[in-house]
Amino acid sequence: MSRLLTLENVHTHIGQYHILQGVSLTAEEGEVTVLLGRNGAGKTTTLRTIMGLNPASSGTIHYDGQDITKLPTFSVANGGIGYVPEDQAVFTTLTVEENLKVAMRKEDEAAMARQDYVLTLFPDLKKFWKKEGGHLSGGQKQMLAMARAFVNDNRLMLIDEPSKGLAPIVIESVMEAIREMKKQTTIVLVEQNFSMAAGVGDTYTLIDDGKTVQNGRMEELVRDEELKRTYLGIA
Amino acid sequence: MISKLQGKNFWLIILAAVLAAFPFFSDSRTMTILLTQIFIFAILAMSYDILLGYTGIVSFGHAMFFGVGAYTTAVILDRMEPTLGMFILSVGAGMLIAGILSFIAGLLTLRLKSHFYAMFTLALSGLFLVAAEKWRTVTNGNDGFTFRAPELFQDRTMFYLAALGCLVLVYLILSRFVASPMGRVLIAVRENEQRTASLGYKTLHYKVTASVVAGVFASLAGSLYSVSLRFVNTSVMTMDITLDALLMTIIGGVGTLIGPILGATVIEFAQHYLSGLARDYPIFERWIIFFGIVYILAVIFFPQGIVGWFRQIRAKRLGKREAAIRAKQPVLKAKAEENG
Repeated sequence: MSRLLTLENVHTHIGQYHILQGVSLTAEEGEVTVLLGRNGAGKTTTLRTIMGLNPASSGTIHYDGQDITKLPTFSVANGGIGYVPEDQAVFTTLTVEENLKVAMRKEDEAAMARQDYVLTLFPDLKKFWKKEGGHLSGGQKQMLAMARAFVNDNRLMLIDEPSKGLAPIVIESVMEAIREMKKQTTIVLVEQNFSMAAGVGDTYTLIDDGKTVQNGRMEELVRDEELKRTYLGIA
Repeated sequence: MISKLQGKNFWLIILAAVLAAFPFFSDSRTMTILLTQIFIFAILAMSYDILLGYTGIVSFGHAMFFGVGAYTTAVILDRMEPTLGMFILSVGAGMLIAGILSFIAGLLTLRLKSHFYAMFTLALSGLFLVAAEKWRTVTNGNDGFTFRAPELFQDRTMFYLAALGCLVLVYLILSRFVASPMGRVLIAVRENEQRTASLGYKTLHYKVTASVVAGVFASLAGSLYSVSLRFVNTSVMTMDITLDALLMTIIGGVGTLIGPILGATVIEFAQHYLSGLARDYPIFERWIIFFGIVYILAVIFFPQGIVGWFRQIRAKRLGKREAAIRAKQPVLKAKAEENG
């Protein structure tokens, strides 16, 4: 196994606010790394900083051995990093088909094969193929947002709170899809629901007040009641 | 959304055929001229829709490109032989200049956030207006100048048909453009630029392309406009032209292409009839005030424009029909089970 993504002491400012104050993490190839922490800890900003949407003010981000700290967002994405933002972020006036097509870097055979595979993971999307994204339910939107990132041959997927605002039955199918995706790609996942996170995660990074407090294997965290109580509020 | 563009083409062909036949059945010169103006402003409004409706860019400087087309055609026809060939050359030259200009302006300004971009385009357009007023040797300033149109266009019917032909052609080109992969990206940029960038698109390139396409077709509208009047002055570069394009697009329905054509029709007819009422009712001498009220009411009560309003009604009907089908399904299922 090799390190696909490494963040070293990353700081990020948004306007006058110092949001990330020293985030360090690593994502091993083929694993799911879960970012955990309370609301406002800086998990979403960490993903946005990796993507260059909120560029890092200091520290370094290495992906596949290359320094991507200062790269613009489109270059980061073209390097093979897929991003699924929170809040079921789809293009509301494009149909399901158009949402997937716009996400494809190339409309070649490989991309079409991946699209077919994605549709086996999310069969609901096929049913609403010609429906505009804005008319889908929350769960369908989330599936479309994930499918959009998966139609490309991305080596790394950043997924932000896929279970947020979804019904339990939908959450289960979304998590099932993540388990399937895990077989083909490396994932960095932000997830508030600890039991869900523990179910798919191999490693974790605990963030508090914009700083990394702890990294480790997920099974160690599951056993560490003290850490969970202190930083996640789980009794 | 894009696929919806395909089905209605049949009705548009019928409409275009009816409009093409109109001057041969009607001898109303006023109506022919009014419809010609509608065709020209519909081209301008569609070009603006590429910016506002499909890319989400608010520009207050669109008149600059309209003016470039108007002046290029007017100056070339005035200084050279006013032949059809020279007219086509002047239209091409205007589109080329507008394309280069919008490329440079877009590259310089589209990095800015939307409201700063809008103010910058307003300033740039103002700069061009002042330049046109001061460059009297070429433009004759605010007094403007008259010129001869090609002989073919001396006949109003021929020019009417030429303008209609241009409208149909521009509509078809822009329909293709917005339905292409490029169009999809522009819609994505309009919805969320950051999200589009995170899919791997250098959004500035797409915004500049939209700006060039919009500028080029605005210039074509300007060329046709100056020939329709056989006169040009600096009014073609004023804010009024941009506001007309903006309101035609909003009233017709942004992001629809067909909406700006409807918007141009409504506004040109309203301008014509409201100003005409002044002959009988002195209060309509201030028709522009009534027009302002119509604008305000339209924006408050029809923010999605005419096309958007019709789509909303259709969506509601479809929703009701789907709900009715869903409600019937258990009954039908039960009946099927009863029947074995």
